[in-house]
Amino acid sequence: MIELTEKIRDIAKKLLKDGTVDVFIGYKKGSVPMMNEPVLIRNPDEADLLYWDSNCGLNLCNYLTGRTDRIGILATGCNSRSIVTHIIENQIRRDQLYIVGIPCTGMIDHRAVNRAVGHREITDITESDITFTVTGKGFQETFNKADYLQGNCKVCRHRNPVEYDEMIGEPVEEQKGIEPYSDVKNIEKMSCDDKNAFFRRLIDKCIRCYACRNACPLCYCPTCFVDESRPQWVGKSIDPTDTMTFHLLRAFHCAGRCTDCGACERVCPMGISMRQFTRKLNRDAEELFSWQAGLSLTERPPLDTYRSDDYNDFIK
Amino acid sequence: MKNLLEHTGLEPGRLHFSWISSAEATKFVKVAKEVSAAVRALGPAKYLVKRRAEVV
Ligand code: SF4
Ligand code: SF4
Repeated sequence: MIELTEKIRDIAKKLLKDGTVDVFIGYKKGSVPMMNEPVLIRNPDEADLLYWDSNCGLNLCNYLTGRTDRIGILATGCNSRSIVTHIIENQIRRDQLYIVGIPCTGMIDHRAVNRAVGHREITDITESDITFTVTGKGFQETFNKADYLQGNCKVCRHRNPVEYDEMIGEPVEEQKGIEPYSDVKNIEKMSCDDKNAFFRRLIDKCIRCYACRNACPLCYCPTCFVDESRPQWVGKSIDPTDTMTFHLLRAFHCAGRCTDCGACERVCPMGISMRQFTRKLNRDAEELFSWQAGLSLTERPPLDTYRSDDYNDFIK
Repeated sequence: MKNLLEHTGLEPGRLHFSWISSAEATKFVKVAKEVSAAVRALGPAKYLVKRRAEVV
């Protein structure tokens, strides 16, 4: 990990010094363990702030929207797909970007680690190739990274960036034999009442803080529908129906665009798995329109094209 | 849209989509009858109904 960090720093310094980019977007070590933060570097001397390990689960594409300068940006598989989505939605131009691709081996699920140590306070985390070690007052434990991956990384099929100008390191092997939508299929098997109960329970604790929306690179509308008051599209209380309406609408806004980067789930203070909404849409997009978001700069997404053989069984 | 709503617990048969031209009066009548029959058969809505008492 430290080698990759060094490489990122070197590349960022070079790009900033020779004027290829005005700003470099990467991660820096967070103020608490397992929570690395996005950082924008303008001065080559600050490039040593950059950092890389398996706690870089936020989506950097969030910081591209509407920028007019030239940007260097670090991109994992899912981040690169979000960047592609940004480009085809005209939120940024490809020629403004210098994409530094980084092959990814997944991000650590900080909640699972906290559970594993019985919620004792972790003060440090270090990583080797396939294991990581957490330290706190009076304890030190080592885990296999593969057992503590974020839910989305466990089922990720595009760990290598799809679009880049330069790649750091060799591509990693993609995960084989994964069943990407087993969770969605299990819910599909439930009865209507059970589905209803499942989703009600799922969002039961939601406090409508909108951290999930803020972390999402797709949520770039100048005024989000939840913040509008004239007209007010959705109730602002934590009434279960209002909350469900928020989650349903947020998910629909991501239909055919979500790359399952997991940023929303990562940031939720209540530990809600709101990916269950977007994942159903991702599955439908894939099943009905053979579409996975962010894989191609030339193809248009299913929701902005019409084909006479589009799925329309639901229309009478 | 229908798929996600039904995935999250809306009864199949509650939500209907149709494409009817302003010239298709008979189709409109037919679809309206079908929809109202299907929805009546399901009974009162339980999903996404806001009841004041649920918020404390
Ligand atoms: S979803 Fe894939 S590319 Fe994205 S962080 Fe997880 S393993 Fe890496
Ligand atoms: S981050 Fe969690 S608690 Fe906040 S609005 Fe999203 S789901 Fe609700």
